[in-house]
Amino acid sequence: MAKERAAEPGEVVLSVKGVRKKISRKWIIDDVTFDVKEGEIFGFLGPNGAGKTTTIRMLVDLIRPTEGTITVCGYNVNRNPEKALQYVGSIVENPEVYTYLTGWENLQHFARMQPGVDGQRITEVVDIVRLDQRIHDKVSTYSLGMRQRLGIAQALLGRPRLLILDEPTNGLDPKGIKELREFIRNLAEDGLAVFVSSHLLSEIQLLCDRVAIISKGRVLAVGGVDELVARNSPYVLWDLEPVPAARAILEGHQGITLLKLDEVTLDDSVIAGMGGGSVITVMDETLIPGIVADMVKAGVGVRAVHKISPTLEQLFLKLTEGESID
Amino acid sequence: MTNLLPLIRNECTKIIKKKRFYVILLILLVLVPMFTYAQMRVAERSRDKFNSDWRLEIQQRITDNQNSLSSDRIPEEWKSYRRIFIQQLQYYLDHDVNPNEPSGVTFTREFLDNSVSLFIPLLIMAVASDLVSGERTTGTIKMLLTRPVKRWKVLFSKLAALLMFVSLIVLSVFVISYLISGLAFGYKGFNIPVFTGFQLSGDTVDMSGVHSVPQWKYLLMQGGLIWFVSVVVALLAFMVSVLVRSTAASIVVMMAALIAGSILTNMAAAWSTAKYLFMVNLGLTGYLAGTPAPIEGMTLPFSLAVLSVWGLAAIIISFAVFTKRDILN
Repeated sequence: MAKERAAEPGEVVLSVKGVRKKISRKWIIDDVTFDVKEGEIFGFLGPNGAGKTTTIRMLVDLIRPTEGTITVCGYNVNRNPEKALQYVGSIVENPEVYTYLTGWENLQHFARMQPGVDGQRITEVVDIVRLDQRIHDKVSTYSLGMRQRLGIAQALLGRPRLLILDEPTNGLDPKGIKELREFIRNLAEDGLAVFVSSHLLSEIQLLCDRVAIISKGRVLAVGGVDELVARNSPYVLWDLEPVPAARAILEGHQGITLLKLDEVTLDDSVIAGMGGGSVITVMDETLIPGIVADMVKAGVGVRAVHKISPTLEQLFLKLTEGESID
Repeated sequence: MTNLLPLIRNECTKIIKKKRFYVILLILLVLVPMFTYAQMRVAERSRDKFNSDWRLEIQQRITDNQNSLSSDRIPEEWKSYRRIFIQQLQYYLDHDVNPNEPSGVTFTREFLDNSVSLFIPLLIMAVASDLVSGERTTGTIKMLLTRPVKRWKVLFSKLAALLMFVSLIVLSVFVISYLISGLAFGYKGFNIPVFTGFQLSGDTVDMSGVHSVPQWKYLLMQGGLIWFVSVVVALLAFMVSVLVRSTAASIVVMMAALIAGSILTNMAAAWSTAKYLFMVNLGLTGYLAGTPAPIEGMTLPFSLAVLSVWGLAAIIISFAVFTKRDILN
């Protein structure tokens, strides 16, 4: 069956509206809403147990939502899975393929389950994931990275418009992770919408254009990664002498908030480097030169001024009020 | 819309590549020679004893059984079995037909009579019990159900592949036991007459419906009944594998049911509602041979009806559950 819907730039490929799921009288998923557009890499960030995998299972019709709708390219996933899932390639959790078949037999198996996928297309996807050397070996002899690639090959078979990857970097070595990141970016540049879940903030920050943050079954925020990060002012660390006079100057200025050490979320390495003369503030960075001048005028010695860029982690902790990410 | 044929092909490939069918063939190739050898020893011994006159042997068995009827220590139920048995043996003797004439075909017939209620169902389970639960155990069900194919089509393709392999297994049991036992007893015997149509009522046998059929015809009737039993067992094992998440649990459930059945057939004569359980109705070929049914009131049409109802229910439950259920892990 031909894919009749032509690609419009920025067209919404996946639309999730007001999805809720009740499992044995408990709302596991409580209001999830977001859109994924074509050509973008969409991150789905949340701690373990927040409902990421349950949500992903609903996206691919493994679980039926109790309320709300999920549409892919205009087709309701639950009511019309034969149409909607044609546009979706997915790996839910681990890339579980048949280990007693060869890589090629696995791809053949899944090719038979969708229209318009022939031997030539299988060769294409094998080349894309660079498995051509080992494709005729039994999957039981594959490494985890190779299985991951076979899983992606399987997901790409039907020329999907939406690729869903659940924690794709799990179990990969740093080199493999870097390769995967580049690979996903290339796919997105070709117009594919990629939906990636992760509990790693750095992963999402490095890879994604937009992100939805989920905790306890609720989506807390959706937006561009940069935009969400920019919502947080940067921390500025001061190393000063003498501290009381310096604090008085800082408190006297508009737009500067002084923080105690336990109010901030900083890397342990930064905290370890701070001496007794440290003051932490949240402020606009344009104010820094004027304040330094005031300090010098008042005879306060400035040893260091250190700006720390906001991270998603800060944002996350702010949104979830201190719940741990991992 | 995805066609069903490629899906069925997928399922067949998986069954073959999993080597389940080879294991079944291997089991047969090991066990059938054992049974053949045992049967050979029995034949040898009676040949020595009765100077290869089967009439003497049958007469001896009739006398033995008659003697035991006068004993007080034998329960009444067993006595009625023996009275039936004596009447049947006498019938064979009167018509000058050897009921146990050694041949590959006779061995096959007797072997199948003995394996229909436990051995063949066990072989069927080797394939049926992990068709769905196996995919859940390994997690491949997620790949299978996220393709653009309706769930009932996935399940139907599995069922179709299963029924094909059930037929193949039944055929293999016939062919292998004939080929191997033929080495010992010879490949002839297709035209030996066998009596069927004994009507049992209480402990008397109504001989009016008895007629002789050539053994090949008997074997065909037997084959049909065994195939039917196998299909019903396959459907039930299939349902269990849909309902239960792990293959091990699915095998245990079916094994327990089958073994309970074979225990019940030996002791449930007094509990008459047990006749509605599928597992006491598996010995369909007994009706052909005229062996008494385990529970009063069981007849061939009754057993066929009970098995059909169970099989049908299994199909309905399998599809209802599989198409609706959330795949949580």
